[in-house]
Amino acid sequence: MIDADRVTFAYAEQAPVFQEFSWHVSAGEAWAVIGPSGCGKSTLLYLIAGLRQPNAGRLAVDGWPVPRPRASTGLILQDYGLLPWATVRENVALVMRMGRFYRDKSGAGEGPRPYPRAEITEAQVDAWLDRLGIADLRDKYPAQISGGQRQRTAIARSLLQQPNLLLMDEPFSSLDALTREDLQRLTVELRQETGVTTVVVTHNIEEAVYLGQRILVLGRAPTARAHVIENPAAGAPDYRGRPVFWERCMELRSALAGEPV
Amino acid sequence: MRRRDLALGIISLIVAWQVLAWIVHAPVLPGAWDVLQALVRETPRGLGRHFVISGWRVLASIVISMLVAVPVGLILGQSPRLNRIFSPVIYIVYPIPKIVFLPIILLFLGIGNTSKIFIIFLILFFQILVVVRDQASILRPELIYSVRSLGAGRRALFRFVYLPATIPAALTALRVGIGTAIAVLFFAESFATTSGLGYYIIVESWGRLAYPEMYAGVVAMSVLGLLLYFAADALERRLAPWMFLRE
Repeated sequence: MIDADRVTFAYAEQAPVFQEFSWHVSAGEAWAVIGPSGCGKSTLLYLIAGLRQPNAGRLAVDGWPVPRPRASTGLILQDYGLLPWATVRENVALVMRMGRFYRDKSGAGEGPRPYPRAEITEAQVDAWLDRLGIADLRDKYPAQISGGQRQRTAIARSLLQQPNLLLMDEPFSSLDALTREDLQRLTVELRQETGVTTVVVTHNIEEAVYLGQRILVLGRAPTARAHVIENPAAGAPDYRGRPVFWERCMELRSALAGEPV
Repeated sequence: MRRRDLALGIISLIVAWQVLAWIVHAPVLPGAWDVLQALVRETPRGLGRHFVISGWRVLASIVISMLVAVPVGLILGQSPRLNRIFSPVIYIVYPIPKIVFLPIILLFLGIGNTSKIFIIFLILFFQILVVVRDQASILRPELIYSVRSLGAGRRALFRFVYLPATIPAALTALRVGIGTAIAVLFFAESFATTSGLGYYIIVESWGRLAYPEMYAGVVAMSVLGLLLYFAADALERRLAPWMFLRE
């Protein structure tokens, strides 16, 4: 699904964040990416999303380079991703409206689908509102609902376009503990329902262990090698209550504290 | 504002006016009742026509300035490079009182409607342009990233993000600018023309010391301003309901 082949990236006139970095994600995997602030976690997501371009090396998603965002990648950010002037339903339906906006262009050429699908229906919009439990909030504006409800809206909007890759950048870090656990559980459920490949960037150790069956640990920039911790038990609903969960957390903590091997 | 409060405001203004008229007790300040009579009498005899002409001039300038300033502001606001090129010019021209160009505009465009519409356009254009540009340039990058990641190209970004994000600001700028627009119209109409409320007030009534008629003209001009202000306000509430949320 994601192939990073000796990718180098630096922001203008700054030291590189990634230096000949190689990494592979297979379809259907659940990844967490963790590391200290400034290690390039978000940059990595933006590269995969097509919002940034590598300076050198090759980055492919689904076998294709990503010179611009592709509609079949969903991106969920910590906050401010919703249109403040649109209601919950309008925010979700944005994907449908954009699909119709680009109706003439859909299906043109080969390669990744750049525009949202043109055939999304009103019923599908409502179905996702129901699934995410935000149907009652449909006429509220983002400023009128809680942070957790906003993220549910963002998730509904992303899933409406049937992505095969879902990228999440610190999606739950501004939420209170219970809401965060709720949404983490929901994320696991939705992944199992849809089979979407997920990459969740987080700075929270427990979140990484709960969501990531494979965990990419980033150290201080520049990152050259992918340090991966295997965590195959993630995704079980009661994982948080098992001893192995805490063992993984300990392992991850020491990996973060020391230099990645 | 509630209708009741609005009515109260108008009534207290009229009462204050009437009281002042009694105190001054001179032909130069007729009472509200005299002026209302003049208004009714004069409306079919020319005042109505002048009102329509003035209204048309302001409305045309508003529509033209919105149609030009909003797209230009949007383009500058979302392109830092273009903005860097043009912002010094805008920065210098923005504070110049455009009214001083009136004699030049009259020379070029004559004394008809075109010159009046153009001078008001010039004023509104820069006010709307600057607000729209600034509004578009401070949009959160997270919002742009999210919508782009949904598959929005440049056109969809304009349509679904930049336009709805800046329309309310443009309307606010317009609402604030309407007062200036009408002031400028009054000045531009007060000479070198034969129509419009400015002409009616200055040439037809003030010039021949017809005070109630002059006040009727002033009231008509105020009504014109109020109507436009209300219209912009209503439009803002209609197009930007999220700006008026009450928790």
